[in-house]
Amino acid sequence: MKPLRTLDSCSLVIAQDNIDTDQIIPARFLTTTSREGLGEAAFADWRFDDQGESRADSPLNGPAAKDCEILVAGENFGCGSSREHAVWALMQFGFRVVISSRIADIFRANALKNGLLAIEVDRDTHRWLLAHPAARLTIDVALGRLDLPAAGGGDEARSVSFELDPFARICLLEGVDSLGYLLAQADDIAKFEQTREAA
Amino acid sequence: MSQTLFDKLWNAHVVQPETADAPALLYVDLHLIHEVTSPQAFAELAARGLKVRCPERTVATMDHSTPTWAADLQGQRRYASEQAWEQVRTLMENCDRHDITLHDWDSPNRGVVHVMAPELGLTRPGMTIVCGDSHTSTHGAFGALAFGIGTSEVGHVLATQCLLQRKPKTMRIRIEGELGPGVTAKDLVLHVIGKVGVDAGTGHVIEFAGSTIRALSMEGRMTVCNMAIEAGARAGLIAPDQTTVDWLRGRAHCPQGEDFERAAGHWLSLASDADAQFDRDVLVDAEQIAPSITYGTHPGMVVAIDQAVPYPADTTAARAMDYMQVEPGKSLLGRKVDVVFVGSCTNARLGDLRAAAEILRDRRVADGVRMLVVPGSEQVRKAAEAEGLDQLFTEAGAEWREPGCSMCIAMNGDRVGPGQTVVSTSNRNFEGRQGPGSRTFLASPATAAACAVVGSIADPRRLDAEAEVHIHFPSPRNMEARP
Ligand code: SF4
Repeated sequence: MKPLRTLDSCSLVIAQDNIDTDQIIPARFLTTTSREGLGEAAFADWRFDDQGESRADSPLNGPAAKDCEILVAGENFGCGSSREHAVWALMQFGFRVVISSRIADIFRANALKNGLLAIEVDRDTHRWLLAHPAARLTIDVALGRLDLPAAGGGDEARSVSFELDPFARICLLEGVDSLGYLLAQADDIAKFEQTREAA
Repeated sequence: MSQTLFDKLWNAHVVQPETADAPALLYVDLHLIHEVTSPQAFAELAARGLKVRCPERTVATMDHSTPTWAADLQGQRRYASEQAWEQVRTLMENCDRHDITLHDWDSPNRGVVHVMAPELGLTRPGMTIVCGDSHTSTHGAFGALAFGIGTSEVGHVLATQCLLQRKPKTMRIRIEGELGPGVTAKDLVLHVIGKVGVDAGTGHVIEFAGSTIRALSMEGRMTVCNMAIEAGARAGLIAPDQTTVDWLRGRAHCPQGEDFERAAGHWLSLASDADAQFDRDVLVDAEQIAPSITYGTHPGMVVAIDQAVPYPADTTAARAMDYMQVEPGKSLLGRKVDVVFVGSCTNARLGDLRAAAEILRDRRVADGVRMLVVPGSEQVRKAAEAEGLDQLFTEAGAEWREPGCSMCIAMNGDRVGPGQTVVSTSNRNFEGRQGPGSRTFLASPATAAACAVVGSIADPRRLDAEAEVHIHFPSPRNMEARP
């Protein structure tokens, strides 16, 4: 897993609420036995028409999509299926961070296990982010801080903090997954099994 | 201190309690796996040189990528692609290598994972159950803490039989009163999701309680818990009671004889204490519930079948309604239907098939409608065939297939065409879920079958009246709105 400490990137905005994992990667791409080669499948039905041609009106096909490592989405991002392929596809497409006002539980767990930072922000910040596509944002994982730039209309630059489970934070900063930690608990697991059997 | 059902389940499985720095280490009693979300987890194990810690706690089935056509005379199956076969074969090899029981083509118990495990008594009250599949919430109907996980976590459970978890919050949804005639568990859960919203359960485990839930069969309870995830909750729960105990008695993997009675005593003690506190509490009046149907692109966009579709509240809803080609202010009744799907882990148990069959008895699937009936498991298939339901369906003009996920997720070649309208007994109406460009309306098996008979969206309670409407007005009013 690639560590994520700080990130300075523009944001790609998809304002739609309830973006489910069937949109992030349609099920027909799930007949794979590998984690690789899924970047092309990310949002496939939004990016390509039924002839396989790029849809010109999709922000995911625009120039910003190539540069932006931060995806800002409408409320309740990642709901639906538990497919981790959604996270793999987003990362292989080029995203390192997803921001929404609410992120579905399983998606968030999957994201953090792969080094994709999934951040929930308050409603005001969320509204601001949705209204400012391509905004230059900086993220500091150790501090749990998101910096928003100054914008027209008297908006000053400001920082907001986001919550991140301390355990997930360490995994992200160090670039380690949690399996190693779990394996190190083998003695406790064995003890638990023995106690239960005895009961 | 008084405890909820969830507290009792959680506490009994904590290997290490959570701290500020680290999540709890939670022990998993049963790990269900299938072909789609497991190959990368086994690959990870192989890459690290790890073994499966408890093969005896791991059970596999194949359901998502498997064809629902019978094998041909040479025993060949028609996979949707070389890759689909490759995926199934990989599961076979992984199970073989790690000594994991796999219910494959030869097993009399193969089926959709959330249908077959309860049938076998693998799912029992008091357990923790996980699967790389979000509808693992289904098993909560038995008072087991059951939730979906991603593939990394599948690897964690294979290697350690444990998961790192933060304790979720609790939410209780109490449904009180009697369901009206023709109103089913599916209508109930769709109604509830419409009321609380598709993200209400995020961060929570939902316990379904109240007299309406108590009165449901185990099949109905599974339908309800199946869709807890559609309200955002990883897990749904229903307290075990006599209905649970009676349903489990004699199942293959349940304890037998005196052991069973002892276990049952424990199961019945798991119910939430009378004064247990929940982080959120919602009350729903069962008498308000009518046969329900979705009109949008998530399960929370739902109306009573004879009610008008609401005006969109925001651009996301407007976009969804445009995709679905539904008109606000009008009911869906009469909207022409191309496909009807009776299947999935939500509604493909024997009772569901009987409900659909009851509607089709002495009637026919309307011209121009394709109806697919896919039993949830081999056991369901056999039981249905013993009652002659297969014949009833085929004589009415429907297709009777072999068990699998089929058109619920459209991975195996069973899919709805672009722009087509499908009334489906499954659980997700997401854009393109049942095939690119498909338009899904979620409903109960009875409603789905009624739609098949009439050829357009119909109220199962008024079937003969609807059929008449259809005869006199062969051009349903929404027809022009379709591409
Ligand atoms: S039937 Fe549908 S929802 Fe159920 S496990 Fe299969 S694909 Fe998932």
